[in-house]
Amino acid sequence: MPAKTLYDKIWDAHVVSTEPDGTCLIYIDRHLVHEVTSAQAFSGLRKSNRLVRRPELTLAVVDHNIPTTDRSVGIDDPESKLQMDTLRTNTSEFGVEYYDELDERQGIVHIIGPEQGFTLPGTTVVCGDSHTATHGAFGALAHGIGTSEVEHVLASQTLLQNKSKNMQVLVKGKLPDGVTAKDLTLAVIAKTGTAGGTGHVIEYRGEAISDLSMEGRMTLCNMAIEGGARAGLVAPDEKTFEYLQGRPKAPKGKDWDDAVAYWKTLKTDDGAHFDLTVELDASQIAPIVTWGTSPEDALPITATVPDPASFKDEHKQAAAARSLEYMGLTAGTALNEIEIDKVFIGSCTNGRIEDLRAVAKVVEGKKVADHVSAMVVPGSGLVKKQAEQEGIADILKSAGFDWREPGCSMCLGMNPDRLKPQERCASTSNRNFEGRQGHGGRTHLMSPAMAAAAAVTGKLTDVRTITGDA
Amino acid sequence: MKALKELTGVAAPMPMINVDTDMIIPKQYLKTISRDGLGKGLFHSMRYNDDGSDNPDFILNKDAYSKASFLIAGDNFGCGSSREHAAWALEDFGIRCVIAPSFSDIFYNNAFKNGMLLIQLPHEAIDKLTELADYGSNAVFSVDLESQTVTAPDGSEHTFELDEFRKHCLLNGLDEIALTLEKESSIANFESDTSNTHSWLTPAS
Repeated sequence: MPAKTLYDKIWDAHVVSTEPDGTCLIYIDRHLVHEVTSAQAFSGLRKSNRLVRRPELTLAVVDHNIPTTDRSVGIDDPESKLQMDTLRTNTSEFGVEYYDELDERQGIVHIIGPEQGFTLPGTTVVCGDSHTATHGAFGALAHGIGTSEVEHVLASQTLLQNKSKNMQVLVKGKLPDGVTAKDLTLAVIAKTGTAGGTGHVIEYRGEAISDLSMEGRMTLCNMAIEGGARAGLVAPDEKTFEYLQGRPKAPKGKDWDDAVAYWKTLKTDDGAHFDLTVELDASQIAPIVTWGTSPEDALPITATVPDPASFKDEHKQAAAARSLEYMGLTAGTALNEIEIDKVFIGSCTNGRIEDLRAVAKVVEGKKVADHVSAMVVPGSGLVKKQAEQEGIADILKSAGFDWREPGCSMCLGMNPDRLKPQERCASTSNRNFEGRQGHGGRTHLMSPAMAAAAAVTGKLTDVRTITGDA
Repeated sequence: MKALKELTGVAAPMPMINVDTDMIIPKQYLKTISRDGLGKGLFHSMRYNDDGSDNPDFILNKDAYSKASFLIAGDNFGCGSSREHAAWALEDFGIRCVIAPSFSDIFYNNAFKNGMLLIQLPHEAIDKLTELADYGSNAVFSVDLESQTVTAPDGSEHTFELDEFRKHCLLNGLDEIALTLEKESSIANFESDTSNTHSWLTPAS
């Protein structure tokens, strides 16, 4: 048997059939559905008189559009309401389980999959959302798909796919205190570029990866897509099994034992071939912030805003100049002198309980700066409940944070949570694209601890100067 | 899906890198439950001024390119969100073919599902095509899918790679779901095999 990577193993276990040119029909074990990219897919099924092949492998939730204020009073925006009502009708008609806006299990689709034990190692997971890469933290082959593919999966429980190449990101050493999975994932993208992973599935390996908690691994894999990769993977280990055991949709009894025995085989064989290897030394990574409008525009907080002329490639020079104009920044400005207006804590990247704990640790006993408005949007109703039980919500509220209902919120601003033109935001989300958080809004991506530090000082700040880790 | 065998028309040059799908179609257009009519939202932030009027400097607002059927783009076109609305908006505007040095993965798949052809060519070729596209409506491009060839306004020919299966589907305008469902027995066999060996795969309830 030739040595195989983790990706090779999962892929081989899911091939249903192969076309002469190598295009494969791949079986899909788990399908997550939300309101924004599914309506047209269900309409397509109806038009062709097709059913959902395996409704029990499909789980639906409302997250993108939903307001993060009290939902029991109804939804104001008629378009959002229509989209949400359409999902309710579609899931009911086609027999798909649905967590609506009043269900405590409701939350961001990539938070609730793992939380419910729906996401499992060795499975294929898809969703009409690019951040499906998140589930790779469990050693699941997980990637985003478009609406036509959503329809294809609903109808056939399969997808037509070409196999990607194998890439490994090898992270040796240990992350210093105050440096998190978010800094690591931004450091990887800064090194590879936003297209560095195109055509590849990344397996993250090395001591720093094994050391990450499951939540940290989710943050890491979540942004594999920002590096252009089809998916990100971390091999499952004891931490993975411990996280999953006892979750509502995870296997039970003998099934659990059989599953764990199988999951333990899911690791890259010695000598397996990677088409591309990128190495990083974790001990050299500092807290990172983005300065531009692409996630690759990422630098340590100790750096300055770069000069567009410093880039070698003319297209990159043009992009950097455009970014600085959009961001209202001047080359040479120290990143830790940039004042902010808003703070957004949340998203599928950083809306889990550990993220909220990290924020609470920094802001406990402090106040959000006078000129800053800071918002916390828990990733799910269960995360919100846990944070309230642990006293985190009280700490954040006393510090002056606005404590919201769960959803995608200001990560993409489809609901009313948006930046105004030229407002500058310290954000724990995943994309700093032009207009992403609101037309004209200026996004700086960073870890929850860094966003918390920015909230209390009112400017981008090295969190280690507050926590004493420097 | 609409078939595409040949295409002839004007090409709009857009040599920016990392054009993301938020740029191609912003959030306010994602609340629709239809696939139609999204062309009006294409490149919204660049195409319209804050008061809603056309930005005359934007390439697709120039007379020469207002009916463009090709886009010559930069690296990593279509990166970011998986929103198929990006492909729907381009197609609805009339752009059936994008030529770039590289594309993001999900956008690439989405475009082909909507009868669009995405062509990857080396940087040098793209730079040359961008220059030619700058000539405006006199610069007519054409593509022949069967022979996998782009013919530029100067007569130069550029061949491109494409998976056979994708090509077959696009040439014939095939419904991929119908094709897949012809393999129903293979799918059923796969399901029965895995339910025997991996019964844990069915979610607990």
